[in-house]
Amino acid sequence: MGDGDVMAAPAAALKPAKLRIADVALRFTPRRGAPVTALDRISLDVRDQEFSVIVGPSGCGKTSLLRLVAGLIEPSEGAIWLDDKRVTGPGRDRGMVFQSYTLFPWLTVQQNVEFGLKVAGMPLRQRHDISRRFILQVGLEGFEEHYPRQLSGGMMQRVALARALANDPALLLMDEPFGALDSQTRSLMQELLLDIWQQSSKTVLFITHDIDESILLGDHVYVMTARPGRIKEMVEIDLPRPRHVDMLTSPAFMALKRHIMRSIHEEAVRSFASGEA
Amino acid sequence: MASFLDAYTAPKKDIPRRAYLTVSTLVGVMIVVVWCALSYGELVRGDFLPTPGAVVGAAISGAGDGSLQENTLVSVIEIMSGFIIASILSVPLGILMGSFKVVEAAIEPVTNFVRYLPVSALIPLLILWIGIGIEEKITVIFIGTFFQQLILIADVSRGVSKDLLDVSYTLGATRRTVVWRVLIPATMPGVMDTLRITLGWAWTYLVVAELVAANKGLGYFILNSMRGLFTDQIFLGIIVIGLLGLLTDQAFKLLRNRMLPWATAT
Ligand SMILES: Nc1ncnc2c1ncn2[C@@H]1O[C@H](COP(=O)(O)OP(=O)(O)O)[C@@H](O)[C@H]1O
Ligand SMILES: [Mg+2]
Repeated sequence: MGDGDVMAAPAAALKPAKLRIADVALRFTPRRGAPVTALDRISLDVRDQEFSVIVGPSGCGKTSLLRLVAGLIEPSEGAIWLDDKRVTGPGRDRGMVFQSYTLFPWLTVQQNVEFGLKVAGMPLRQRHDISRRFILQVGLEGFEEHYPRQLSGGMMQRVALARALANDPALLLMDEPFGALDSQTRSLMQELLLDIWQQSSKTVLFITHDIDESILLGDHVYVMTARPGRIKEMVEIDLPRPRHVDMLTSPAFMALKRHIMRSIHEEAVRSFASGEA
Repeated sequence: MASFLDAYTAPKKDIPRRAYLTVSTLVGVMIVVVWCALSYGELVRGDFLPTPGAVVGAAISGAGDGSLQENTLVSVIEIMSGFIIASILSVPLGILMGSFKVVEAAIEPVTNFVRYLPVSALIPLLILWIGIGIEEKITVIFIGTFFQQLILIADVSRGVSKDLLDVSYTLGATRRTVVWRVLIPATMPGVMDTLRITLGWAWTYLVVAELVAANKGLGYFILNSMRGLFTDQIFLGIIVIGLLGLLTDQAFKLLRNRMLPWATAT
């Protein structure tokens, strides 16, 4: 019995990491001038079905970190593991939604969503079934034949999300996907994403510089330092699920927000004093 | 009047299509009116500025003996051959040059060198190498357009968003797929625009091509008319070139909007 208790307590912590970022550093070496350290000894674990959020000031290396996980760039030091397989390049097991609009302008909404499936050689019928499901899920039924230039910014990001999900990736990477949207649309998109995540129980690594967004969405919020980017602290978000935008004003939410703001502010002051910002 | 001025002097503001066409037509009519006044009113000597009637006369006699059609056909064949050969080579090469540094390193320096050479300076050499047949004319037009196209299309290719390629990789695309299914389609609007612009330039090389050792073509027709001071024929040649240029430009515009309905129209 006593043994059982000992085993039960750390069970959650022992749940193996889905994504493991181990001592990763990233340096850019420009043709002229000194090398820039964008990321310095980053380590973090994301467990299966977790929603992890990274928050930090702009220029701290958030996008670079996500591109490393996506395999689009290689770390200067350290390694990244997904399901115990080392990441060596991009692949369909890591879907990504970019900060910029990245729909293929020459493809319709439906063709965009089916791009990954088509590239993988999936037959037409099966492709249609899957794209119909995800177009429905992001609320774009009736827009299947539209081209991206006929869509609003929010709609384009919904298509991008559906396109990433259609591949059924093990990990969903999102780089400030709602950063360019107006605040009303952003709230709607956050709720949509929470809905989808709740249903699909995907593992998500989400990046933002918006503290409200990080608390509303995340199970954990990692606070990053200004350049060179490091993980300063991890904040556990113990707000109940399902979450709603009206939680933004609850005392528990405010307390978390105050904590994260202080943490980021400290960091900003430090880098300001050392002349880096 | 005040509200009229107010509505039509706002920068970048659309005006009704009727108003647009009216202004265009008015300017066209005004040019003809001034031309008539100057020529029929004998304010300018007849061998300097022909009357519209004389130009129409030259057109009728040229069409009557078939020389106008023949000269036009020869020029169109020269231009189209030079332009099409240049485009077939410059489009793939330009796309590669803008997206693969190795290709850029290999051909950009040479291209920039040749690009600034006046084509007319090469004509003696071309005659020596190729002779004075139609091949030489086609080559002049080819050289005049190819290198410009190459640089412009490389720029289009360079301008394709890197995120667009990266997102394709994260969706499982291989390099080959990314080139064929993403990079190339993404360049198409820019490529069509480049072709449209450079086709206009190809027309401007026509007279240069037919400057020396030609005995047919609109450029030759214009130069030959100058020797006899037949200004009505010179005008006829210029007007035909202008109209053909306008026609091909409109055709290209139509083609682009038809072929690329997903791109914003020009
Ligand atoms: N390809 C690159 N070459 C050189 N420096 C880069 C490159 N990409 C990013 N950086 C630098 O790395 C730092 C982090 O960039 P980024 O990851 O885009 O930050 P964030 O997404 O947090 O705003 C920035 O200072 C940026 O200038
Ligand atoms: Mg960024």
